[in-house]
Amino acid sequence: MSSKDSTKRTLIVAFSLCVVCSIIVSGTAVVLKPLQDANRILDRNKNILSAAGLFDPQSDGNELVAERFSQFSTYVLDLNEQRVLNDEQLEELQIDIESYDQRLVINDPKYSEALERQEDVANIKRRAIYPMIYVVAQDEEIETIVVPVSGYGLWGILYGFLALEGDANTVKGLAFYELKETPGLGGEVRNPRWTALWPGKKIYDETGAVGLRVIKGKGSGDYQVDGLSGATLTTRGVDNLIQYWLGDDAYGPILAQLRETGL
Amino acid sequence: MSQVKQILLTPLFENNPIALQILGVCSALAVTTQLSVTLVMCLALTTVTAFSNLFISMIRNHMPSSIRIIVQMTIIASLVIAVDQFLQAFAYDISKNLSVFVGLIITNCIVMGRAEAFAMKNPPALSFLDGIGNGMGYSLVLIVVASIRELFGSGSLLGFQILPLIENGGWYQANGLMLLSPSAFFIIGFLIWALRSVKKDQIETREFRMAPHSAEEGAF
Repeated sequence: MSSKDSTKRTLIVAFSLCVVCSIIVSGTAVVLKPLQDANRILDRNKNILSAAGLFDPQSDGNELVAERFSQFSTYVLDLNEQRVLNDEQLEELQIDIESYDQRLVINDPKYSEALERQEDVANIKRRAIYPMIYVVAQDEEIETIVVPVSGYGLWGILYGFLALEGDANTVKGLAFYELKETPGLGGEVRNPRWTALWPGKKIYDETGAVGLRVIKGKGSGDYQVDGLSGATLTTRGVDNLIQYWLGDDAYGPILAQLRETGL
Repeated sequence: MSQVKQILLTPLFENNPIALQILGVCSALAVTTQLSVTLVMCLALTTVTAFSNLFISMIRNHMPSSIRIIVQMTIIASLVIAVDQFLQAFAYDISKNLSVFVGLIITNCIVMGRAEAFAMKNPPALSFLDGIGNGMGYSLVLIVVASIRELFGSGSLLGFQILPLIENGGWYQANGLMLLSPSAFFIIGFLIWALRSVKKDQIETREFRMAPHSAEEGAF
C-alpha cells in the first residue's frame, strides 16, 4: 500500500497541504495587518481632509495627511440618544477611538440597527448607531465639522464625508470615497467641477428643516445644487442622503445642539 | 535554451490564453478601465500562475489523483489570499479599485488550466516559466485593451491627461462606452480578428455548416 493513490497517502497529503497552506495564509494576514490598518486609516483621513477642502488627491502627497489631520478631534455620537459620547460611555461600549470604524460593525446588533422602511430615506437598510464625526475647533470656537454620510444611488451605496462650517449650517465640501455609480454619468459626483458647487450652500431654512436640495437641472440660490445630467437616480440618491443624514433622525438635533451651545 | 524561449514566448501570440484559448475573459472586462489598475492585476495574475505552477509541479508526483483538483485549488487559493494581503498592505488604493477581482484570480481559468495542462506533466523550473509566459500573454492583451479604454474613455493614460476633456475645458468628448464592460468585448473581439488574420492557422475549423434555406413547397 505505498502507491500514491492509497487512502493513507491521500489523507497524509491532504492533511500536510492544509497545514502548510494555513500557515502561509495566516502568516501573511498577521504579519501584514498593522500595515493594512495604517493604510485604511490613512485613506479615511485623506477622505475627511478632501471633504473639508484641505487635501487635493491630485497634487498632495500622503505625507501631508498626518500633519493636516492632527488639527481634527474625533468624537463619537449616539444617534439614538442624540448626544456626544464621553470617555466613560465609550469605555462602557468598548469603543476605542483609535481603531473603531463604524463601517466594520455595520452588521453587529450591538453597534448598529436596521432601519424601518419609512424612516430609511437614504435606503441604506442598516445604520451605525455610533458614528464618528471630526471637528476642528480653535479656542472653543468650532471651525469645521465633518460627518460621514451614505445613501443608495443607482447601483449601490455611495459613501462619503460632508464637511460643514462652524455654524453647522453652511456646507464646506462633499467628497464620496466609495461608489458603484456608472463612470462618466453618476460617477461624476466625484468630479471636482461638480463638488465645487457645494461650498457655501445652506442646509437649514428659517423653520429649521433641511432646505438643501439637489434638483434636476440648474439650481439657484443658497439651497439648491444642480443635479447631474444623465444621472437622475444618482442625483436623487445624493438628495436623499442629505435629507436623511442632516434630518431629525440622524445628525440634525446634534448639529442644532452644536449651533446653540458649542462643544 | 530554445525550449525555455519557446515556453516563455509561445503564449504571447501563438497560444495566447485570452485570444486563442479564450480563458480569463471575465477579469479582462472588469479591470481594464484604468491602465494602472490593469498593470497591478497583470502582475498579480502572473505571480499567482507562476508560483502555483511551481508548487504544483514540485508535488505532482506525490499528488493522489482522487484529490488532485482540490489540492490544486487549495494551493492557488492560498497564493491568491497572500497576494491580496500584500496588495492591501503595499498598494492600498489599487487594491481598493481591484476589489473582488484579486480574489477572483482563484477562479481564473488560466491558472487552473496551466496547472492541469502543464505543471502536472513537467518539472518545476519549466512549469514556473510556463506560468510567467502565460501571465505575460494575459498581460499583453489586457494592457492593449486597457490602453485603448483609458485613452478613449477618460482621455488619459496611467492617469496623465493626454486628450483634454470638454468637462475640464478641453476639446475631447470622452466615449462613455469605453468605460463600460461591453467595450472590452468589442476590443478583444477585434484583437482576436486581427491576430487570426495574420496567423491563419489559429482559425478554427467549422464544427458544422448551416444548410441553405430550402424553399420546398409543403415544408410547413
